[in-house]
Amino acid sequence: MSPDPAAVFRQEAQDLFEQLEQALLDLERLPGDQDLINTAFRALHTVKGSGAMFGFDALARFTHHLESAFDGVRNGKAVASPGLISLTLSAIDHMRALMDPSADQPDPEGEALIGRLRQMTESAAPPQAAATAAATAADAPGESTYRIWFRLPADALERGINPLLLLDELRALGPCRTVALTGRLPPLEALPPGALFLDWEVMLTTAAPRSAIDDVFIFVFDDMDLQVERLADPEAGPRLGEILVERGDAAPEAEAPAVSGDSLKSALNEQTPLRQAAPGRQSAGDSIRIQAQHLDELIDRVGQLVIAQARLKQLAASEANGLFKPVAEEIERLSNELRDTTMGIRMVPIGSLFGRFRRLVRDLAEELGKDILLTTAGEETELDKTVIERLNDPLVHLVRNALDHGIESPEQRQAAGKPRQGRVQLSAVHSGAQVLISIKDDGRGLDLAAIRARAEENGLIPPGARLSDQELYLCIFQPGFSTARAVSSLSGRGVGMDVVKRAIEGLRGLVEVGSSPGQGTEITLRLPLTLAIIDGLLIRVGRGRYIIPLAAVEECVELSLADDLRSKGRSFLNLRGDLVPFLRLRDLFASPLPADPFQKVVIVSSGEQRVGLVVDQVIGDHQTVIKSLSRLHADVESFSGATILGDGSVALILDVPHLVEAGQRHDALAAAS
Amino acid sequence: MTAAAIAAPLEVLTLSLQGETFALDAAIVHEILDWVPITEVPNARPFVGGLLNVRGKVVPFADLRVSFGMERPERTQDTRIVVIGVPLAGEPTLVGILAEKVFEVTTLLPAALEEPPPIGMRWNPEFIRAIGKRGDDFIIVLAIDRVFAAQEAASRH
Repeated sequence: MSPDPAAVFRQEAQDLFEQLEQALLDLERLPGDQDLINTAFRALHTVKGSGAMFGFDALARFTHHLESAFDGVRNGKAVASPGLISLTLSAIDHMRALMDPSADQPDPEGEALIGRLRQMTESAAPPQAAATAAATAADAPGESTYRIWFRLPADALERGINPLLLLDELRALGPCRTVALTGRLPPLEALPPGALFLDWEVMLTTAAPRSAIDDVFIFVFDDMDLQVERLADPEAGPRLGEILVERGDAAPEAEAPAVSGDSLKSALNEQTPLRQAAPGRQSAGDSIRIQAQHLDELIDRVGQLVIAQARLKQLAASEANGLFKPVAEEIERLSNELRDTTMGIRMVPIGSLFGRFRRLVRDLAEELGKDILLTTAGEETELDKTVIERLNDPLVHLVRNALDHGIESPEQRQAAGKPRQGRVQLSAVHSGAQVLISIKDDGRGLDLAAIRARAEENGLIPPGARLSDQELYLCIFQPGFSTARAVSSLSGRGVGMDVVKRAIEGLRGLVEVGSSPGQGTEITLRLPLTLAIIDGLLIRVGRGRYIIPLAAVEECVELSLADDLRSKGRSFLNLRGDLVPFLRLRDLFASPLPADPFQKVVIVSSGEQRVGLVVDQVIGDHQTVIKSLSRLHADVESFSGATILGDGSVALILDVPHLVEAGQRHDALAAAS
Repeated sequence: MTAAAIAAPLEVLTLSLQGETFALDAAIVHEILDWVPITEVPNARPFVGGLLNVRGKVVPFADLRVSFGMERPERTQDTRIVVIGVPLAGEPTLVGILAEKVFEVTTLLPAALEEPPPIGMRWNPEFIRAIGKRGDDFIIVLAIDRVFAAQEAASRH
């Protein structure tokens, strides 16, 4: 099942566009940074080269012009002016459009962009001859001879990589002598059609710098073996015999007892074939790209293994045979490690998500006529891939809101004695088994009076209700709520914030709001680390067994008789001097059986709030593979999912944030009465 | 999905609920299970009051007797769970439904099928695709998609 090469390229191109965009945005702040210029150039070069290979001709043609412009910047012939960067950013959008295969049509928009690009580069170009001479002098004085050996992956042809094009590109750099090495070629009957077993060695004499050779291979670089060596003086190389001995040592695949024809041929041609790690290889081999679907299957298997292991553990505990138990424990340890490793594969740093917002903020700020600086922190914080994907839309809403409603115009800011430039910070940090993601702005803050008026108007709260600030803030997440007086193109339609809340709750997370007038607003999203497997506490209420996510559990205490009796009117527990409200799950779940004589209270927390859950029995810890509930149970609020226990029966997983909210409401009601 | 649309012979699984014989399109039936413990979902609607484990998947357990306003006596030794696939909001979903007794897989010929009468029925005619005759007995061919669509809509409020 070889993937469609065009699809592979599309995905690669998206990554490259993103890379390019990041480099350009950084260049805006650090003009002249050579690393950034090189990154941008490489991305453009790869898009052009791969695009041409995979038949995206319009894209390749268009990108060629940008590449030339950045080649000029790279060689110091031009500067990366703000104008050029802006133009290139719009060009990226156009390149994205060109990815559409139907886009291979007359392209007036592209022509216009290229026209503007030409004007810009021509006017900005310093004297050309001098710059070229300087660049050449710095890199490689005069002509040099390189020995280039390369091996493409066996599936290169299937992936649409054409070695002839690579050779042609090398030839374009200068005179070449090329030898195809056939040593790895299997007998004809064993030759898989379509697979590539040839290697090439090329002697190239060129005035171009070494980097020009790397550039030829740039878009297949990650998958290939490439060795390039500059020969000080090709005439004065070691003798043929030495070369062959050396080659035999260093290249075990030439294992024939006698010198094979290939080695001889290549040695004759190249004079000094050495096996030397090509620069850049180490970093290229560090990661592989796999399809998300395979990963999901793997997670599913691990989930099944964890369930089977739970069953084994249960059996081992009831088995009198002492030999059985150590094995079961060993398997438990292994399956736990396997689970952690597998879950680790799914973890992606959130920086990839934050990165996308730089462009959004830049463009929106321009549109709104505001000066806004986006800063990010904690990009390395890792979250489950699914969570990251599903976070994108809510974060877009929140960032847009911060820009549109939060940050004031530069004039208003100045009048309020604040710097003209507004700041928005996106940050992520681990907190136990949760990740906190916050969007903080230094704008005008939420207007409590306006929120109250609006909430009363919409009937969300009764007029004159006594509500805490936090409760009022949370009104903004109600469907149909908006305090914006004018509807702008960005936000303020009254949709958005409720979508945010629903999306975050769908991820088993919580939204918190903090704000101070004139100082700004901070919205914090609390999210679980993973959606697939968690540690759980197995409990029993009546006949039913339930799972409480262990990360939410603070402690378990016994429900004293005094507390039990006293709680008829008020359900509070005195926990070392703190009053903690508690909920009787028996009542909540309408359990018909009489309560156990010694009920336990599991204290759970969500955010800053704690609540006690009264249960009949605490059974113990349980590896919980989370299965979501079907749409038929969409109206059941107390549970976030279900899992399968060791004996094959199903147990429900308690939705702690929801229960805590219910407990706090209970608390508020009790306090009011 | 109307009776008029049934032109070809229809292969069905017949089962009994409160003395009535119902038929399900055999193509949607995945398997028939002996009784397994059902996990009660507190505060769920009686139609989908539970969950069960079908080969490692957590599957909702539905009782069609609720949709047809029938009595719901305790299970007997004949009670079975029929695992079927139904589309819920466009997504194929496995559901276990209760059968007081499972009879057989049989073929109903178009000639033996009639449209449900619009009046004179105890049940919502929406839920019935056709009525078949078999000897002196009637077989009610279920419009199972509509039964579940109605329930799925109810769960959103």
